[in-house]
Amino acid sequence: MDHDSFLAIRHIRKDFGAFTALQAINLDIRKGEFVCFLGPSGCGKTTLLRIIAGLDVQTSGEVHQNGKDISRLPPALRDYGIVFQSYALFPNLSIADNVSYGLVNRKTPQAEAAKRVAELLKLVGLPGSEKKYPSQLSGGQQQRIALARALATSPGLLLLDEPLSALDALERVRLRQEIRALQQNLGVTTIMVTHDQEEALSVADRIVVMNHGVIEQVGTPMEIYREPASPFVADFVGKVNVIPARVNAGKLRFGALCLPCEGVDRDVKVYLRPEDVLARPIADGDAHVFDATLEKIEFLGSFCHVHVASPALGGHQLMVYLSLNFLSEQSLQIGSTLRLKLLPERIKVF
Amino acid sequence: MAVFTAPRPEPVSQTTHWIDHLAYVMLGLIAMVLVVFLAAPLLAILQQALQNKTGQFIWLDNFIEYAKTPVLLESLWNSIWVSGLVALIAVPLAFGFAYALTRSCMPLKALFRGITLIPLLAPSLLSAISLIYWFGNQGVLNSWIQGIGIDQIYGAPGIVLAECFAVFPHALMILVTALSLSDARLYEAAEAMGTSAPRKFFTITLPGAKYGLISAALVTFTLVMTDFGIPKVIGGNFNVLATDVFKLVIGQQDFAKGAVVAILLLLPAVLTFTVDSYLGKRQTAMLTARAIPYRPTPSRRYDIIMTGYCCGIAFLVLAMLGMAVFASFASLWPYNLTPSLRHYTLGLVDAEVGVGFVNSLKMAGGTAVLGTALVFCGAYLLEKTKGLNGLRSLVRVLATLPMAVPGLVLGLGYIFFFNARDNPFNGLYHTLTLLTLCTIVHFYTTGHLTAVTALKSLDGEFESVSASLKVPFFKTFWRVTVPICTPALVDIARYFFINAMTTISAVVFLYSPETKVASIAILNLDEAGEMGAAAAMAVLIGLASTIATLLFMALAWWINQKTQAWRTTSR
Repeated sequence: MDHDSFLAIRHIRKDFGAFTALQAINLDIRKGEFVCFLGPSGCGKTTLLRIIAGLDVQTSGEVHQNGKDISRLPPALRDYGIVFQSYALFPNLSIADNVSYGLVNRKTPQAEAAKRVAELLKLVGLPGSEKKYPSQLSGGQQQRIALARALATSPGLLLLDEPLSALDALERVRLRQEIRALQQNLGVTTIMVTHDQEEALSVADRIVVMNHGVIEQVGTPMEIYREPASPFVADFVGKVNVIPARVNAGKLRFGALCLPCEGVDRDVKVYLRPEDVLARPIADGDAHVFDATLEKIEFLGSFCHVHVASPALGGHQLMVYLSLNFLSEQSLQIGSTLRLKLLPERIKVF
Repeated sequence: MAVFTAPRPEPVSQTTHWIDHLAYVMLGLIAMVLVVFLAAPLLAILQQALQNKTGQFIWLDNFIEYAKTPVLLESLWNSIWVSGLVALIAVPLAFGFAYALTRSCMPLKALFRGITLIPLLAPSLLSAISLIYWFGNQGVLNSWIQGIGIDQIYGAPGIVLAECFAVFPHALMILVTALSLSDARLYEAAEAMGTSAPRKFFTITLPGAKYGLISAALVTFTLVMTDFGIPKVIGGNFNVLATDVFKLVIGQQDFAKGAVVAILLLLPAVLTFTVDSYLGKRQTAMLTARAIPYRPTPSRRYDIIMTGYCCGIAFLVLAMLGMAVFASFASLWPYNLTPSLRHYTLGLVDAEVGVGFVNSLKMAGGTAVLGTALVFCGAYLLEKTKGLNGLRSLVRVLATLPMAVPGLVLGLGYIFFFNARDNPFNGLYHTLTLLTLCTIVHFYTTGHLTAVTALKSLDGEFESVSASLKVPFFKTFWRVTVPICTPALVDIARYFFINAMTTISAVVFLYSPETKVASIAILNLDEAGEMGAAAAMAVLIGLASTIATLLFMALAWWINQKTQAWRTTSR
């Protein structure tokens, strides 16, 4: 077992009747780390979080926290705070009573509890809201209170189950940055479940990409984006062009393009991110340059998603990012021809 | 390469915290209450039906013998056609009323609705007593019914008419709910296509209310089939199943045949229950969350017609109730109509209904307090705790079962089960405690469903959050769940109280002279020929129920005021 592992997950499997929700899950999380479980709905990420919390029971496998086997402990005997998508604030209790809900049970003296509540409310940016009720707060504010309540007892582990999904887009971006800052400030080990790749990329130390109940890849946001371990990861995180190709005698061929590639002869798929196809700078004599016809422009503000086709690609469409300025400078429109360059070192072959 | 250990064959189970054990024990207790006071009595009926007088198992011989008794078969047929006829009359009438309430701009809707709900506050036999005063041998309008070729009100005509009044509020509530579930967008689309009003009614309204209509018809049929009070008072020599049971068991001590009739009474109720729960699922599936509720637009002529119709119905209901009130004050019907309290003193003092009245209040109070606590704890444990899945399903089934068990059948089961000499609970027989428990079980399901609905609307993660904060579930139950659910709790308590005040069918088998309740006393007064006193006592029960309803409404209002601070959604 990894020695600096704070949370160790070993061979976790979860069956719901005949359906296997999780299998062969092994994962180590270090102390103070911010880890995101990322995947489409139904991939098992929430189930895994609930198993760590003891709210669901795994069919087999073990969970160790801080060197202690907690696999069979009920939630009340584990050490964590949790925040749910629905906030789950107690509507009939004031904000102060909500935040101190866990403190009161630990026989914390009233004055001390009140001090702790004030401190936590300040921490989440809502000082002085003790006497209000949850229904008087906005969604984002309620989620901040839920966060304060989860942190009140200073748990060793903070679990966040899609905490931002119920919020509007602006509030979501603001709160995710606050959560990240708070987590770094307190140094609490944190696991956040999300289906939003942008959210995961922007806050996590490491991302665990899951699909169909298995872990596809574990890595830093940069690794996940730049070095996806599977076609699923490449496809799920960020945008990607997929072009059928063939490996033949140590060469990768797709359309008229040819790159060196190891391995036996086989049919493959080339995964290429839109930003790895450049329109400039292209110097004369550059390799992997081809002419393409502009077929569709999807205007998204400063950047456009531009779909191009080229005989060099065997008629396959390719999506690239072009700036609005570039398009108008070159007076490009549908039907125009432009010259593009591939970055071969960024190509992934599966 | 990592070494992969094969998954262990035995699924991991969590160690149980002592707090969870407490939840299990409580769930077990509730299961026990439901088994002893519901399942066991019902099984006792089955046992009685399948054995002869010496206790031998004789398969279906009792049923065969029943089928060979023409008098009893006649009762079966009588019950079926009377119930069917009442459904055919009452459901369309109620539909018209519900339609006016939901789909017109008629004024005073709340008043009209309130008037039609009044009959629920008194025992159903009140309408039978009133009918006798209107159309009986000494009735004010006796000549009318003879004019239309009915020779006397006693018998089928009286039962049908009285039952129509008794079941009207039940059918109305179902139909109002069904008609409230509408989607305005369908009507707007039809409007845009130039659809005529009748076509809209037959292609949108009626199909939308289809399940409600079926449900109302079935409920009406079952209520009439299993009602005891009305046929007892106005049935004369016209026998129905419900009166047969009583005669067979109390009169002739023929338990086996009584049990057979009880099972016959159980059949339509079980059918209703099954169809109803199936339809309930279909009905909610039909309406999407995006549906926009229909809002009627004013239309002078149509609204006047609807108002007129509702006035007519409301007038009939008030005439029915008014006659009982009037007659209860008349000195000597029909000779001396000067108002006096003679019947009230006669009933309360001479016939000792005063004691019965106190018993009724005790029983209703006990049912309201104990029943609400039991039902709410049961629903909470089912909805919000985990584990012991076998026991959980058992409790869930037993909690919904009373809906399908007529009171008469339940009461009969209580005799068979609790009167047995070797039963350790035998001491409860004839006590007010047993009457209370029987009434709680009798009306369990409606309370249970109200509680479940209230609990389901709570965030499902409250318990998870509490567990993560190491707060035991009962503390969260007390500090959060109960305060949020107080409106539902008041509702359940009111429902229990009113029904305990007015019920006859289950308790008619279980009382002793000391524990006689007021609603039973009315039956006895009527049997003794003291119609005036019977009317007076029925009016008193209605009055007590009305006061109780007002008190419960005041309580609900007070709670709403107290909790205003956190129930408002304003920022």
